[in-house]
Amino acid sequence: MSLTQKDKAAVKALWAKISKSADAIGSDALSRMLTVYPQTKTYFSHWPDMSPGSAPVKAHGKKVMGGINLAVSKIDDLTNGLLELSEQHAFQLRVDPTNFKILSHCVLVVVSSMFPNDFTPEAHVAFDKFLTAVALALSEKYR
Amino acid sequence: MVEWSDFERATIQDIFSKMEYEVVGPAALSRCLVVYPWTQRYFGNFGNLYNAAAIIANPLVAKHGTTILHGLDRAVKNMDDIKATYAELSVLHSEKLHVDPDNFKLLSDCLTIVVAAKLGKDFTGDVQAAFQKFLAVVVSSLGRQYH
Repeated sequence: MSLTQKDKAAVKALWAKISKSADAIGSDALSRMLTVYPQTKTYFSHWPDMSPGSAPVKAHGKKVMGGINLAVSKIDDLTNGLLELSEQHAFQLRVDPTNFKILSHCVLVVVSSMFPNDFTPEAHVAFDKFLTAVALALSEKYR
Repeated sequence: MVEWSDFERATIQDIFSKMEYEVVGPAALSRCLVVYPWTQRYFGNFGNLYNAAAIIANPLVAKHGTTILHGLDRAVKNMDDIKATYAELSVLHSEKLHVDPDNFKLLSDCLTIVVAAKLGKDFTGDVQAAFQKFLAVVVSSLGRQYH
């Protein structure tokens, strides 16, 4: 299920509309993930405050969306473009790859709630494929 | 038996009491057929599903989307025994319709995204958690009678 030219164009078009709100999307998606999927909190026990919208959550949401922004710019070669991040996730963070799906779902829900008219079914399928490809690139070095 | 908090019960009743079934149902099913095209395998006799525009405009898809949502109604009205409520429907989906139960989760995710679009910022993390818990119980019950 690799990204077609049509998919890449759709992702860039959607990103152009939503990227100004990247920080808010990241914060909401992460807060939501910690609430809806409490098992994900196990990765953040070192934070003083894991509540929705807290400072660590907001900062981290911003970081994650920075990664997505990078991925959009490297959409033609995600494996090489995200090499550093892949090594970080494989050797330091060691986030179980199931969680990439979980966070991706939360990002889709937030984008849908914030941009109901832009998040058409066509935009949805392209963006879902993209986030799946990003997750694959991030788990490249896992084993 | 599934334990529901007061917040969860109230949230589910609230969402469904305000829902426009003839809008949300078609939107969720058509989105599922577009985002996960392999789900089209179950709708061979629905006519034109050739592209997203055709799927969204297809009257049979719209009608079936509404039917599915009305089916969810039964769970909304019987939250304390969804398993028994859906036993017959589970047999139907297994024995007659031969639907892979993984598809229930795909439709469920699309429904969540459609409801998020409708409710906007009212679809908070806590509301999402309640909604997804409800759908997870429905999905589990629909898969229960497969053998």
